[in-house]
Amino acid sequence: MNVLVDHFGEFVGGFLVTLRLSAFAAAGALILGTLVAAMRISPLPPLRFVGTSYVNIFRNTPLTIVWTFVAFGLPKLGVHMKSYFPFGVIALTIYTAAFVCEAIRAGINSVPIGQAEAARSIGLAFHQTLAYVVLPQSFRATIPPLGSVIIAMVKNSALIGSFGYALDLLARGDALIGGQGESAVWCLFGVAIGYLLITIPLGLFIGRLENAMAVAR
Amino acid sequence: VSRQTTSVLFDAPGPRARRRAIIGSIVSAVVLLFLGFLAYRQLAAKDQFTYDRWGPLVDPGNDKFTTVWRRLGQGFRNTLKAAAYSIVLSVVVGTLLAVLRLRLGELARRNWPGIPRPVAWVLKGLAWVLAVLTRTFIEFFRGLPVLLSIFFAWRILPEYGIKLSALWYLVIGLTAYNSVIIAEIIRAGVVSLPRGQTEAARAIGLTEGQTLRMILLPQSFRIMMPALISQLVVVLKDTSLGFIISYEEAVRVSGQIYQYLDNLLQIAVVVATVFIAVNYSLGRLAIYVEKRLSQGPRTATLAAAVPGGPLGAAGDPSAAAEAVAQRVPDAG
Repeated sequence: MNVLVDHFGEFVGGFLVTLRLSAFAAAGALILGTLVAAMRISPLPPLRFVGTSYVNIFRNTPLTIVWTFVAFGLPKLGVHMKSYFPFGVIALTIYTAAFVCEAIRAGINSVPIGQAEAARSIGLAFHQTLAYVVLPQSFRATIPPLGSVIIAMVKNSALIGSFGYALDLLARGDALIGGQGESAVWCLFGVAIGYLLITIPLGLFIGRLENAMAVAR
Repeated sequence: VSRQTTSVLFDAPGPRARRRAIIGSIVSAVVLLFLGFLAYRQLAAKDQFTYDRWGPLVDPGNDKFTTVWRRLGQGFRNTLKAAAYSIVLSVVVGTLLAVLRLRLGELARRNWPGIPRPVAWVLKGLAWVLAVLTRTFIEFFRGLPVLLSIFFAWRILPEYGIKLSALWYLVIGLTAYNSVIIAEIIRAGVVSLPRGQTEAARAIGLTEGQTLRMILLPQSFRIMMPALISQLVVVLKDTSLGFIISYEEAVRVSGQIYQYLDNLLQIAVVVATVFIAVNYSLGRLAIYVEKRLSQGPRTATLAAAVPGGPLGAAGDPSAAAEAVAQRVPDAG
C-alpha cells in the first residue's frame, strides 16, 4: 500500500505520459480515419480500393506487429527519432485509424437510404449530399462506436510502454516491481487506477454526449 | 445507406461525369503508384529486397527454409493454442458472469412474498450487494488494458506461490479481460429479446432460472454469434501480447528468427500476412452468419404468412442483433 504513497510522483508521471500519448494518437487517428473513410466511400475506384485495403490490413494485424514495423522498421529505412514516443504515436494512429474509419462508415450506413435518395432527387451532387444531408445525420450514430474506439486506443497504448520504450503508466508501475522489489499487487493496482481514471470518465462523457444528441432529434 | 448501396450517394454517371471519373481514377492511380514507387525505391536503397532476407521465407529451395518455417509453425500452433483456451474459457466464464448479473439484478428487485419482512430485507440487501460486486468486477476489467490483466496474472500469482507456465499466465489474463466483454455481449443479447419471450416462458410454468437457461440464453447466443466471432478475432490478435511475457507464440518466434537472419521487415510482413488471412476470413464468417440470421429462422415463411403472428418481433433476430451491435461495437 505504501508504494502508492512513496512513489506517487512516478505514477503521476506515467499517467501524464499515457495521457499525452493517447491525446496525440487520438487526434491523429481521427484525422487519418476520416481521410480513409472518405476514400472508402469515394466514387473513384482506386481510392475505394486503397481505403478498403487499409481497413482490412490494419484491423486484422495485431498492434504488436504494427508497432514492430513502426518502431524497428522505420529506423531501418533511415527514419530516426530522438525517442520512441513519436513512434508510439504513429503506431497507435495507424492502427486506430482503421477502426475510426469503420465507426464513421457505420454512422453513414445508419442514415436511412431515403435521405440520400431524396437529396439526389432534388439535384444535389455527391459532395453536397454528403455535406448537407448524410454527414450531419450520421454524426449521432457515429458517437458511441467512435467513443469505444478511442477508449480501446487508450487501453492499447499500454503496449507501447511495455517494451520499455516510453515511460508510460504501465512501464513505470512495472519498473517498481522489477527494479525495487515492491509488491506487485499494489503497484499494478496503482496502474489500474490510472487507466480507470481515463477510461471510466471518458465512457461517462460519451454516454452523456449520446443522450444529449438523442434528445436533439 | 447500407453497404451495397454506397453508390446511392452519387448519380449513375452520365458521359461527362464518367469522363471525369475516369480521369480522376487515372490521376489518383498514378499518384498512388508513384507513392508506391517512392516506398519501393527507399526499401531497395536499404537492401530490403535481397535474397538473403527473403529467401529463407519464400524459397523452398533455400537451406534455411525448412528450419524457419518449422519454428514459425510452432509459433503459430502456440498462438492458436493460447487463443483456443482463452476463447473457450472466456465464453464459459462470460456466460456465468452474465447469468450472475442477470439473476442477481432480478433477486435484488424481487419482493420475496410470503417471507417475514426482516428476512426479506436481508435477502434483498444481500442480492443487491452481490449485484454491485459483480458489476464492479465487470466494470473494473472492462476499463483496463488487456495487457494489464495479463500482467496481473504474470506478476501477482507468483508472489502468492502460484507458478504456472507462460501459456497459462497469458490465458488467465486474456480470459479475465475477454470474459467480461463476452458477459456484456451476452447480457445485451438477453436484454434485447422481446418481453414476450420471458412472459410466455413464465406462463407455461418455467422458473426464472429455467427461463434464462432454456429460453433466453440460447436465443441470445444465436443473436450474438457475429459479435462473438468478432471477439475471437480480438483474442487472436491479443495472443501476440504473449510476446512480452516470453510466451513462444508467432510474434516472439519471428523476433528470434530476425535476430538470426536480420530480416525484421520481411518476417513481420510474413507473420502479418498470416494474421490478416486468418482474421479476415473470421471477419467474413461473422458477416456471413449475420446475413444468415437476418434471413430469419427456418420458420420465417410461416411468420411472414401470419403477419404479427406468434413469432412477431422475435421472428426477426437481426433487428435485435443490430440494436445490440450498436451498443457493443468491436474496437480492437
